[in-house]
Amino acid sequence: MTTFLLQWLNPPWLAYALAALVHCGLLLALVVGSVAVCNWAERKIAGRVQDRLGPARVGGRFGWLQSPADGLKLLCKEDLIPADADSLLFRFAPYISLGASFAAFVAIPLSNDWVAQRLDAAAFFVLAVAGLEVFGVILGGYASGSKWSLFGAMREAAQVVSYEVPLGLCVLVPVMVAGTMNLVKIGNMQEGWFTNWLIFHDPFTFITFWVYLTCAVASVNRAPFDLAEAESELVAGFLTEYSGFRWSAFFMAEYGSMLAVSFLAAILFFGGWNGPVPIARWFGLMQENGPLAGYLGNLLGLANMLAKGSLGIVVMMWIRWTLPRLRIDQVLTTCLKYCIPLAAATFVGAMAWTFVARGGLNAGNDDATTRPGVATGGVQGEVAMTKSQ
Amino acid sequence: MNPINWHSCFFLLAAAVACAAALGVVASKNVVRMAVFLLHALGAVAGLFFLAGADFVGAMQLMIYVGGTLVLIAFGVMLTARRPFLSMDTKLAQWIAGTLVGGCLLAVLLRSALSVDDWAGPVSAAPRAQAEDLATAAPLGMGMLGVRVDRLDEPEAARREGMSGYLLPFEIISVHLLVVLIGAAYLARSTRPGEARLRENVEDKINAG
Repeated sequence: MTTFLLQWLNPPWLAYALAALVHCGLLLALVVGSVAVCNWAERKIAGRVQDRLGPARVGGRFGWLQSPADGLKLLCKEDLIPADADSLLFRFAPYISLGASFAAFVAIPLSNDWVAQRLDAAAFFVLAVAGLEVFGVILGGYASGSKWSLFGAMREAAQVVSYEVPLGLCVLVPVMVAGTMNLVKIGNMQEGWFTNWLIFHDPFTFITFWVYLTCAVASVNRAPFDLAEAESELVAGFLTEYSGFRWSAFFMAEYGSMLAVSFLAAILFFGGWNGPVPIARWFGLMQENGPLAGYLGNLLGLANMLAKGSLGIVVMMWIRWTLPRLRIDQVLTTCLKYCIPLAAATFVGAMAWTFVARGGLNAGNDDATTRPGVATGGVQGEVAMTKSQ
Repeated sequence: MNPINWHSCFFLLAAAVACAAALGVVASKNVVRMAVFLLHALGAVAGLFFLAGADFVGAMQLMIYVGGTLVLIAFGVMLTARRPFLSMDTKLAQWIAGTLVGGCLLAVLLRSALSVDDWAGPVSAAPRAQAEDLATAAPLGMGMLGVRVDRLDEPEAARREGMSGYLLPFEIISVHLLVVLIGAAYLARSTRPGEARLRENVEDKINAG
C-alpha cells in the first residue's frame, strides 16, 4: 500500500503518514467493531442460555442495533467526576487500560503477511502489554477517591497479577515446542491439516490449552472469576464511580483483551490463520503465485483467525453464563493449587517430549547454540523425526 | 526535498516523552502521579528499545518495570498511604544531593556517549534491517547464564577468556532488587516494632492506672 501511495502523492512523507493512518485505522476498526459485535452477542447468548430471547426489537430483527444504541446512550450520559477524586488521574486511567489492551494487537498477526510488527519476541510482547492493563484499573480505583473503588481495584489487581504467572507458563509451552517467540513463525509451523496444530502435538500441549483457557478467563476478569467487579453484589468494584464514556473505555479494554487472548490461543494452539484443511495450498493461494493469489490467501487466513477468535470469545461467554461465580478462596485455590502446578508439570512434560522427539541427548546438544535456526524446521520436522523412530 | 528520517523522528518523539515524564516524576509531589509519570518514562524507554531493534529488551522493560515494579509501587502506596493523596515534600538538602548524584551520572554517560564516533550522526534504517534475524533472545539468555555465544568464534584465546557472561551482574542486580524491596517494605510499615512496644507499654500503664 505504501508503494502504491508513493506513486500518487508528491511529498513522500504524506504517503507514509497516510498509509500508517489507514493501517492503524483498520486495526482499530477491527477491535472496536468486535467490541460492538461482542456486546450484542453477549446479550444474545446470555438470553439463550437463560431461556429468553435477548435483545429482539432495536433495529428490527435480532436486535442488531442494540450495540450502537447502547454506545449512543453511553456517550450522552452526564460526565461525572466525584468531588474527592484526583480528577486528572480519574480522567486518565481508562485510556491506560484501553491503550494497553489495543497495543497488544500491534504484535498479533492476523494472517501470514498481515501483521503490524513482526517482533521476534511477539508472544512475550503480547503478555507484557496485556499485563499493563491492570495499571489503569489500579489507577482508576485509586483516583476515584472512594474506599469502595480502591478495594475493588486491589482485589482485581491481585487476581490479575497472580493469574499472570500460570498464563505465562502456559504460553511458554507452545513457544518452547516451536522454539521461537515469533508468532508468525509459530503460526506457519502449523500449516497443513489440523493434526499439525500445536494442541495435537503431544498430550502435554493438549492439557496446557485447557489451563491456558482457565487462566485467560481469569486474567481478563470474566465470570466465573469476576469476583472483584461482581455487578450485582459489589456494584462493579473499581468501576463504581465511572460512568458514560470513561466506563465504556474500560469496557472496551476488557473486550479488547478478550479478543487478544483468543487470538493468542488461536495462534499458539490452533494453527492461527491455517485452517483445519489446507484449502489455501490446494488452490495455490500463496504469495509465490502472484499478488492476487497471495491477497486471497491472506483473506482466507484472516477469516480463519476471526472464526477462531470469535469461537474463543463465544466459549468465554458460554462459560460466563453457565458457571456460578467463584468465592475468593476458590479463585486463589484454582490459581495456586491447580493452574500453576498443572502448567509447571505440562511445561516439564512438553520439554521431555520435545527432547525425546528430537533424539535425546545427541540431537539436543548440537542445536543448543543455534536454536533459532533449528526452529525454522519446526513442527513438521519434529513430527517426521518422531515417525522415523 | 529530503526524505524524512522516520527513525530519527520516532526516536526524538520517544526521547522527548521519556525526558518530559522523568521531569514530571521529579517535579510532582503526589506519589501516585509520580507513578503515572514513571509509567510514561519507562514506556517511552521501552519504545526506544523497540526502535533500536531490541524487541526482547523492550518487552522485558514493559514486563518487569512497568508491569511488575510499578504495579508493586502502586500497591505499596495503596496499602500504606494514611491520607488519601499522599504527598511528598522534598527538602532542599535532598534536592541538592539528588542533583549532585544525578548530574555526576549524566556527565559520565554523556562523556561515554559522545566518545563513540558512530553515534554522532543520525542512524539510517538500513543496518537495522540486516540485523533483524540476529536479534533473537537466545544469545542474550545464554549470556545471562554465563555463555557469551557471540564470543565463541573469537579467534584469539585472550578474548575468549572473557566469556564469563553476565551471570554475576545478573545475580547482583537480583539481590539488589530484593534488598530494595525489603527496605521499602520496612520503611512503609505504619508502626515500627519499637514504636509498637512503646505504645503497648503506655497502654498497659493507662489500663493499670
